[in-house]
Amino acid sequence: MHSSTSKRGVLPGFGITMGYSVLYISLVVLIPLSALLLNSTGLTWEKFWDVATDSRVLASYKISFLTAAAAGLIDTVLGLLIAWVLVRYEFPGKGIFDAMIDLPFALPTAVAGVSLTAIYSANGWIGSLFEPLGIKIAFTPIGITLALMFIGIPFVVRTVQPVLQELETEVEEAAATLGASRFRTFRSVILPELLPPLLTGFALAFARGIGEYGSVVFISGNMPMKTEIAPLLIMSKLEQFDYAGATAVALILLLISFVLLLLINSLQRKIRKTAK
Amino acid sequence: MLKQWVGVSLVLAMALVVGACGNASKSGTDASASGEGGKAKAITLLNVSYDPTRELYTEFNKAFAAHWEQEKGQKVNIKQSHGGSGKQGRAVIDGLDADVVTLALGYDIDAIQKAGLINEGWQQKYEHNSSPYTSTIVFLVRKGNPKGIKDWDDLIKDGIEVITPNPQTSGGARWNYLAAWGYALHQNNNDEAKAQEFVKQLYEHVPVLDSGARGATTTFVERGLGDVLLAWENEAWLSVEELGPDKFDIIYPSESILAEPPVAVVDKNADKKGTREVAEAYLEYLYSEEGQTIAAENYYRPVLDSVKSKYQDAFPEIKLFTIDELFGGWAAAQEKHFNDGGIFTQIYAPK
Repeated sequence: MHSSTSKRGVLPGFGITMGYSVLYISLVVLIPLSALLLNSTGLTWEKFWDVATDSRVLASYKISFLTAAAAGLIDTVLGLLIAWVLVRYEFPGKGIFDAMIDLPFALPTAVAGVSLTAIYSANGWIGSLFEPLGIKIAFTPIGITLALMFIGIPFVVRTVQPVLQELETEVEEAAATLGASRFRTFRSVILPELLPPLLTGFALAFARGIGEYGSVVFISGNMPMKTEIAPLLIMSKLEQFDYAGATAVALILLLISFVLLLLINSLQRKIRKTAK
Repeated sequence: MLKQWVGVSLVLAMALVVGACGNASKSGTDASASGEGGKAKAITLLNVSYDPTRELYTEFNKAFAAHWEQEKGQKVNIKQSHGGSGKQGRAVIDGLDADVVTLALGYDIDAIQKAGLINEGWQQKYEHNSSPYTSTIVFLVRKGNPKGIKDWDDLIKDGIEVITPNPQTSGGARWNYLAAWGYALHQNNNDEAKAQEFVKQLYEHVPVLDSGARGATTTFVERGLGDVLLAWENEAWLSVEELGPDKFDIIYPSESILAEPPVAVVDKNADKKGTREVAEAYLEYLYSEEGQTIAAENYYRPVLDSVKSKYQDAFPEIKLFTIDELFGGWAAAQEKHFNDGGIFTQIYAPK
């Protein structure tokens, strides 16, 4: 598997495709990321540590990761539901409904941010319903989570949908005839198959949420220590021409994200293995 | 079935992107050409500016192109780019081929100079600190001024909500902050501790810190948040003009800061492209009778006396202090107030 000579695959071309992949990953991912490091002229360990332990920076990480995780989790549940409806039922307008799922991908995030803020602020359609209850949505972490949910939902739906499509209803029917309850069928037959794509969907939505800037700045209110996200802090450091500080914030963000994604991915692999 | 809809969703998405781009270009960074270019002899000039000058330079570029063609018989095609002042400055440092920059604050042009693209002493090159027009910070309040806001000290009264963007991400917001600081300093016999306390209290009345000036205007105007918006004089007039005079009033405080948005030729780019002559003429023309009139028509305070007297009713006289007088220039103000660890960031530091 790992070399082309020991076990020949049916299709040739491991060398050239691998080379192409490496080249591509380098051009698209690695080179821009290393530019981030190279840009850190003047970034000493001391400075790095100062930035990394600054209370405002820490607060912004907390906001970013918590809201992204919350949005990712909610998206995972809602996304599964949407994918289920799209795959298992026929209804008029299904095609349009299906196409709409991708709109958050296409919409410039700033437009999303502005419209979400318009809806959820105290004088907006939905915000005005919650205002009398003393619940503020826009300009709070709830608002940030909502924006990230909007941005992240297609990731979950689009990863779960194809897997769900492959699942054969016969298996569920078999489970039912064998006397499994509906819940048992879902838990023991469907869920194990869906867990890996759900995890992938969550990871994608979560990762997207951590880096999201365009939509969040409009709805978050950007109050330091309360609703300030880490990417905004990067922008604010760039505004001071503090490239080193901005790089430090970005590096830590990148590092934590990478570790978290690695964890999720390995968890996913584990599940896949035990499922087989 | 699915394939069909992939096609549909693609078309839908594309239509949406096109539609949304049309919207986004109004608020984001955009470059638009004005004047008719394309002739072999025509020369192209890129003016990199900040957000609220879009209307001003659209008009001025037409006037200058006509003037230059009449004078030299050469067509000049001026492109303009707008965005947050700091972001625009960084774009020029990173290689955006600007011939001239017309930014919100000297600090951003200083940064371009430090990168070696602009010669030292740029701020002395043209009259009035290289600022062909000025502005100041005023209050925009809801019609009839229901909360009775007259001056800076009214802003920190109970129940008043103030809308102003984050000075760490917005150039305009720095002027707001410094104007408040200057007022407090003068009210308290230049006692810095008291000024700091005033500014701290002021920001406790700010419920939302938008990242840019236009965002703050949206929050105040569209979201209906806050009782008063701290705004550039020209933005305030533009809001009133666009949204109807029946919705908002402009209040002039007893004193405010003289905002001097400076201009400079980006020496290195202009020399490389051979556009120095026209670039310099472009900036000089801002000081001409016609340039000054266009500035005044767009609610920027003119500096030329003849135009000034013509528009004196449009710009009420209030006591104005400059950043050099009170803060010793931008570099010092930035360092002391807005950099991390500065006085502004201390306001939000946890106790």
